[in-house]
Formats: sequence, structure tokens, C-alpha cells
Amino acid sequence: MNDLIHLIAITPWAIALVKIGVVLVIMLGLVAYTVLAERRIAALIQDRRGPNRVGPFGLLQPVADGVKFLFKENVMPAHVNKIYYVLAPTITLIPALLTFAVIPFGSTLGGVPMVIADLNVGVLWIFSIASLGVYGIVLAGWSSNSKYPFLGGIRSSAQMISYELSMGMSVIGVFMLVGSLNMTRVVGYQHDCWLVFKQPVGFLIFLVAAFAETNRLPFDLPESEQELVGGYHTEYGSMKFALFFLAEYANMITASALMVTLFFGGWQFPFIGFAPNHPMWNGVLHIGIFFAKLLCLMLVFIWVRWMFPRFRYDQLMNLGWKVFFPLGLANILLTALILTMQAPR
Amino acid sequence: MIQPITETIEIGGSEQPLYGPRSYQVLSGNDLGSQLLEISMGPHHPSTHGVFRMDVVLDGEEVVKLKPVFGYLHRNHEKIAENASYLASMPYTDRLDYFCSMTNNWAYAHAVEKLAGIKVPERAEYMRVILAELTRLVNHTALVGFLVNDLGALGTPLIYAFRERENILDVFEALSGARMMCNYMRFGGVRVDFTPDILKRITHIVDRYPSFLAEFEKLLVGNDIIMSRCQGVGVLTKELAIASSVTGPMLRASGVDYDIRKVDKYGIYDRFDFRVPLGDHGDVYDRLMIRFLEMHESLKILRQALKQFPQGGEHINPEVKLRNFRPKAGEAYGRIESPKGELGFYLISTGGNLPYRYRVRPPSLINLTILEDMCLGEKVADVIIILGSVDIVLGEVDR
Repeated sequence: MNDLIHLIAITPWAIALVKIGVVLVIMLGLVAYTVLAERRIAALIQDRRGPNRVGPFGLLQPVADGVKFLFKENVMPAHVNKIYYVLAPTITLIPALLTFAVIPFGSTLGGVPMVIADLNVGVLWIFSIASLGVYGIVLAGWSSNSKYPFLGGIRSSAQMISYELSMGMSVIGVFMLVGSLNMTRVVGYQHDCWLVFKQPVGFLIFLVAAFAETNRLPFDLPESEQELVGGYHTEYGSMKFALFFLAEYANMITASALMVTLFFGGWQFPFIGFAPNHPMWNGVLHIGIFFAKLLCLMLVFIWVRWMFPRFRYDQLMNLGWKVFFPLGLANILLTALILTMQAPR
Repeated sequence: MIQPITETIEIGGSEQPLYGPRSYQVLSGNDLGSQLLEISMGPHHPSTHGVFRMDVVLDGEEVVKLKPVFGYLHRNHEKIAENASYLASMPYTDRLDYFCSMTNNWAYAHAVEKLAGIKVPERAEYMRVILAELTRLVNHTALVGFLVNDLGALGTPLIYAFRERENILDVFEALSGARMMCNYMRFGGVRVDFTPDILKRITHIVDRYPSFLAEFEKLLVGNDIIMSRCQGVGVLTKELAIASSVTGPMLRASGVDYDIRKVDKYGIYDRFDFRVPLGDHGDVYDRLMIRFLEMHESLKILRQALKQFPQGGEHINPEVKLRNFRPKAGEAYGRIESPKGELGFYLISTGGNLPYRYRVRPPSLINLTILEDMCLGEKVADVIIILGSVDIVLGEVDR
């Protein structure tokens, strides 16, 4: 075991490859099982049973769904713009997976830091990559060359751009306190006190913007089944539709991971003093804590979806520009004021 | 001398006549220069409550024209009924508004009883009132669920509503053998008598319904998103509602005090103490609230009816001949307050065993005629909830 670790440790690119592979597998597995969890929790909320036929407790349902999507006929309507039509689902899924690269999901494991890329501009990376996700949806809406997807695409571009601003505003307060854009430094800063207690307004804005960015109810206007049938993915079927579906859940996981890192202390757990002596177990524990927090936030996403009706398009815009945007600016101002007053003269 | 109306209105950058046919530059293909987008909502659309189509012209997200198109579910109900005996049409009335077969049965039986001058025994009258009010509970509960579903709440309120509806449908099934297509009423009474067990089950439902309603109201009525989505949307003025002969909860939500249970006092409705809830604004929120308030009034009627329910008596007038039923020549219009509005049947008899003319006054269809007036200037998402608040069943609209 030690030899193996040693072997990997001397080749940094091999470490990176292993980490990427493991994270990707965990991520996709998590996506598949979030879908199942969503359906089971929805059933619980709605007083039904939910999918419980495939395997024990329905645990093999994601496999069955995946096989179904793969074997479905790959229908492509004649009126679509073929290149962009095929490209759109991929463009939606890949940014969702890429964002996870800078998130520290544990402390160290055998001396290896548990983050794929410890960039010193971590949060800029996240925002720049996450903004690419909107292209997928807009392209899907546009290339379908059909009216409902067109409306969905327009809605999504306006919504994503508006809420990305609020989201950016909300985290500025965090980085003013931490003094760095590096995600590992953000986690280290929260050793004593989670940032959600220091930046409650910032967290609130981030949470709402995260719902809007991931197109989840009550902000799922690009999709809005009731008026736009399926919104941007109306014309999609088989695995191409499944990619949109996966992207939505991957986005949810990334947004939750971001919230854990920025506001809930990342892999740290301040209220428990114990730490196993063996550094290996310590690292495993930290990864466990991170994913436990992640799952709790995912639960909030799922829970909210089955509880609320949807906003109307103009109300959504009003909320974004007239409430959350000024609130974010006020939050930055307040944080700056407090920091100035606390600063040694 | 009538002056032609020449006023114009600016739609999408071009002058259009205020009344009469308008011409649209409709977005098609690569012609993205024009601003209006015509979309066809339906007949296979998730939220049109059946095979109903709306031709909507949008300016951005705003509706500038809406044309309801129906007839996809036309089943020739009236003509078939004119070629079938009076009794043979009874099961067919179930299929009009398939959510409320009991009230459909009653309306038809009421018209035939008027035509043939049949007396209904007291016990049967009580049974009819109990079943009609239970049907009103079923319809309004499900409608509220569907309306909130149209608002985007993914099924949760709808499934809560269906859970309660199921209890009532179980009673209908025990009584008539069918959950939705009950075919239960007969001329001069009802098909089978209530057993003590049925009465016990209905009492149980009536006892526990208020707690469900309280929970349901608490969840929905004060919800900020529901209030901001529904209030002031799809306003139907009192004048327009009267002029277009809208009836039922739609009319009362616009503030018109008109309930056929109070106006006609058909059956034994004069024996019960209940009130008619009225709305102030005539918007979607008022129409939602009217349904809640009417359910409370229905429960009031049910409690009184169960208390006064006669011990003995016939469940059907034994003098009525069901076979070879030939009412004397004449005509009759029988109407009742169905959960959706005034449901009437107009019958002409020439003395034979078939009706010479059979005509349904469908509340769903007539309430739907003002859809465009309510939707103009609203957003595309509002069209769906306005349609949802009208409460249509396509079986009744298209017949």
C-alpha cells in the first residue's frame, strides 16, 4: 500500500489523473442516485410509494433508467440545426462536471491534498465555467427550431445572466473576509466559525441564485412544463435528453458543494473535537464530513422542489434585479464598513 | 344608422383594427424580423386539461390574441341521445363531465321528471342532495389541486387532493359499482337504496373533511407565490360575466349573487341553511377562494342532510315505468347547480319513446367563451392558470 502511494506520489500527473477519475465516478454515481433519492423523497412528501421495484428498495432503478435511455431510438427532428442540436446537451453537462475541480472535498489523504486543482483564482474559475452552462440551454432552445424550446431558451439566458450577477455579488463579502480567492484558504478561514453565521445575507442570496442557476423550482422557468411543455428540451429524446437531465443534477451537486465550501466550513466540523490519530483515517473522516454536508444541502434542493409553485417570468426578473441585486450590493457595503472599523489604525 | 367602429390599436408595432379580423406578421422559419410569435397550445399540451387547443399570439411573453379551438372530443352526444330511449341516455350523461357523474345524472333526471311530471320520494331527494354535495367536494378539491399544479407546484397539492377524493369515490363505488361513471339516478329516484353502512361512511367522510380542508387552505391560501401569481390576474368583470351568461363559481367569484340552489330551490334545497360565497375582484385568486368557501358550505349542507335523513321511505317512485317509458308530448328544461355552473337539459317529447330534441347546456363550454377576454395582456404562464381556474372538462365542452 505504502509502496503504491509512494509510486503515485512521485508522479504528480498520475495523482491528478487518479483524483479526476475517482471524483468523476463519484460524481456520476451521486447524480444517478440523486435522481432516485429525488423520486423517493417526492413520493414520501406526496404520500406515495415511489420506485421500489427494481432491486432492493428500488436501488437498481438508476441502472434500469440508464439502460432505457441508452437503448431508446435516437430521434432527431428534421427541422433542427444538427450540429448545435447534438452539441447542446454536451455543452450543458461538461461545465457542471468541470466546476467541481477546484472544490476541496477533504483535507489530505496520505499527504495528498483532496482537491483536483488548487487554483489561487478558484472562485473565478467556478463562475467562468458555470456561465458556459447557459450556452448549452440557449443553443438547445435555438437549434431545436421550434417555438416552445425557443421561448425556453430566451427565458433561460435572461434568467441565468440576471442571477449570476446576484450570485457573484453574494460571494464578494466572503472573499473580503477571507482575503483570498483560493477555495482551500476559504475552508481554512472557517476553522472557528462557519461563514454562514458571518455572511447570512450573502448565503441567502447565494442559495436563491443557486436555485435559479440550476433551473430548479421555484425558478425552473426555462423548463416550465405547465406552459412550455418541456421548455428547451422539448425536442430532445433518448440519451440526449438524459444528458440534460444529468446536467441538472450535476449542477445541483456542484452548487451544494460550493455552498458547503463557502458557507458551511467545507470538510471541517467545528463542534466535534475528536480526530483519529492516524492521518489516513483523519482524511477519510474529512471526506465523509464534506459529503454528509453536501447531501444535506441536496435534500434542501429536493425538498423545495416538491413544496413550491413557480414564479412568473416578470416576477423572477423583478426579484433578481430589484431585490437580490441591491441586497447583494448592500451586503458588500456593510461588510466593507465593518472590516474598515475593525481594521487596526 | 350604426356607425362602423374604426378605432385601431397598436399591436406589435403595426396598426390593427380594435374590432374585427386582424392581420399578424407571424414568426416563421428564418423570419426573425417580426415580433409576434404564434404558438399553438394543445391539443396535446400538458396543461390544457384534455384535448383543447388555444391559438395564442405572443408579443414577447404577453398574449395579444387567443383563439380557443375545441371539438377534438366531440362524440355526438345529443344526436345519439335523440336515437336512444330516455333511460338509455342516463349512463351516457356520466361521460359529459366525467368528474361529476352524479350531478349530470341528476340534471338529466330532473329534466325528464319535469317533462313527465314525476314525483320524487323524500328519501330519494335527500340521497340526491347528499351525493350532489359530495360530488361538489370531489370536483372543487380536485380543481384546486389541478390549479396549483398549473401554477407549477409539481403534483404535491394535487395528490393531497386526490387522496381525499378517493374516499368519496370509494363510497360511490360501493353504492353504484363504478367510481366515476356512476349511472346512479333514475327518473323518480335513485337506482339502489342507501345501506346503513353507506350512511356511516359518508358521515365519517363529512366529519374528517374539515381537518383536511383546514390543512389544504393553510398550505395554499397564504402562500406568497400563489398570491403573487393569482391576484389581479385574469380579471372577469361583473358586467362581462353576466353578458356572456357565465354561471357557477366563475360568476360568483365576479361578485354576482346567483346560485340555482337558491334561485330555483329545486329538490329540497329550501330546507337547508347555507350561504352563497361571493368574490370581490373576479381574478384567479377569487376563483380559487370561492371553491374553498363553497366546500365549507357543501359540508354544512351535508351535515344537515345527514341529520334530517328520513329513516324509512322509498328510494324510487314505484309508479314510474322504466321500460317503455313514454312521456306525454311537450317540452321541459331542467337545470341544476352542478359544481361547474348551470347544467341544464332541454327535452322535447312527441309522445314516443325517443326524445324529439335533446340539448345540453354545458357550463364548461359557456364559461370558456370569455377566455380571450380574460387572457389578453396577460403573460403566457397566466393563460394556463386562467384556463385552470375556469374549470373545464372537455367531455362536457365538446360533448
